[in-house]
Amino acid sequence: MNEQIIQVKDLTFKYEPAKNNTLSSVSFAVNKGEWLSVIGNNGAGKSTLALLLIGLLKPQSGSVFVCGMPLNEETKWTIRRHAGIVFQNPDNQFIGATVQDDVAFGMENLNMPVEDMRQRVTEALELVGMLEHREADPSRLSGGQKQRVAIAGVLALHPDLLILDEAFVMLDPRSRRELLATLKQLRAEQGLTILSITHDMNEAAASDRILVLKNGSVANSGLPADIFSEEMDVEAPFSERLRRLLMSKERRTPESYLTESEWIQWLCK
Amino acid sequence: MNKLILGRYFPGDSPIHKLDPRAKMIAGIAFIFISFMAKNGQGLILLWLFTFFVMSLTKIGFRVFFRGVRPLIWLILFTVFLQILFTAGGIIYFTWGPIKISEFGLINALFIFSRFVTIIFVTTAVTLTTKPMELTDGLNFLMRPLRFLHVPVDELSIMLSISLRFIPNLLDETQRIMDAQKARGAVFGEGSLFRQMKALVPIFLPLFSGSLNRGEELANVMDVRGYRSELPRSSFRQLTWKIKDTVCILVILLLIAAFAVLNLVID
Repeated sequence: MNEQIIQVKDLTFKYEPAKNNTLSSVSFAVNKGEWLSVIGNNGAGKSTLALLLIGLLKPQSGSVFVCGMPLNEETKWTIRRHAGIVFQNPDNQFIGATVQDDVAFGMENLNMPVEDMRQRVTEALELVGMLEHREADPSRLSGGQKQRVAIAGVLALHPDLLILDEAFVMLDPRSRRELLATLKQLRAEQGLTILSITHDMNEAAASDRILVLKNGSVANSGLPADIFSEEMDVEAPFSERLRRLLMSKERRTPESYLTESEWIQWLCK
Repeated sequence: MNKLILGRYFPGDSPIHKLDPRAKMIAGIAFIFISFMAKNGQGLILLWLFTFFVMSLTKIGFRVFFRGVRPLIWLILFTVFLQILFTAGGIIYFTWGPIKISEFGLINALFIFSRFVTIIFVTTAVTLTTKPMELTDGLNFLMRPLRFLHVPVDELSIMLSISLRFIPNLLDETQRIMDAQKARGAVFGEGSLFRQMKALVPIFLPLFSGSLNRGEELANVMDVRGYRSELPRSSFRQLTWKIKDTVCILVILLLIAAFAVLNLVID
């Protein structure tokens, strides 16, 4: 499990006319099979980081290794076969004229035979629960459904690494839970690594590790429990807010962050 | 938008809907040439009979087809009147200065009118019954020989399919911008022509900048999903040529033969 799928060293990036660096010497690593959540305020550089990891932007300095390969102009196509990204706005991610055409787009680019594509399209749409809409026109789908299709398009390529740039924002809470469960299952079965940029603290709380970006640098990184206990300006999930509230009223509280089920145990003691 | 039926698809399961787009497109193009083979009364009748036959096969109301003619009606009438007024020959019914209404003029006008309208009806039958995507696939196939001339056929067809795919998005966005401007007090469709035109500027500007942003995002997505124009791509959508498609082509060949025979026998 200790194989590192992403290694980022001293990554610095600046959008050209701007004075300040959007990212300044960011370093971190992600283990294979890990679920890392990247959190931070608007403008902290989260989405820029995602674009750098997939080779859509070139850093001013620093290096990115994905799947053991240094990311550069020559290797980016190979890396993109192993790493997929889903962006926030699903409307501008739809290339195909129907749901299944769109899911197949990435495989068409790999010149994959039609039979394989058909099978993988069906599998991927099944995973995200969109199989019954496979013939549908994208403009008739809801935002959440489009996001699920975008995720299917990446999953169909059987990636080792999945980068999600706020890819769940349009999903209702229930489908969000279902999709997260599906991704967790994929992680367990196929060793999929997930790097998820998110504002949803419940999702972050459920991940293996959290990376906090602040003004373009890594402010903290660690287990969700530690992050929520240490970082007081991070908008914590409900259970932690409850703990802090009780603490401020000087009631007896658990010593550190608890998940909801841990809270139940603590309260019933 | 409601007036324009060109490029609109009417879902259905008629025999024409089920044909391969390649067969339909070849037949449609062939029909344009066939319409010029009608040189006598019998030919004209055959032309109209075939057109109505195709139209009724689509199971789409004739009214839809008439709407397809409407945008071109002035062009058609102009050409027809030009023929009537300035063609001489045969019996002359009426003269007024350079204007002569003659037998030949009327006959010519009738033929031109028939050609125009039947061509529009038949090609509309093709576009109404074929999904835009199928049309692109068909076009891609028909343009394939151009590859030898280094025409980037596959790039062109992917460009076409993406453009088609974004039309509904652009329409939505236009509506959204118009609503937003209305909420800020803009008035559309009132006042002099100049004022109406001016009112459109605050729509087009955000629409353009929005499209550019959209285009960039889309290009990024295509890039990360591994689209490289220089490499061969497979295609998820497969066209399958069936017996009915061969039948369609045979019908067209039969029609050509019928016209050839008519022209030979009557002359």
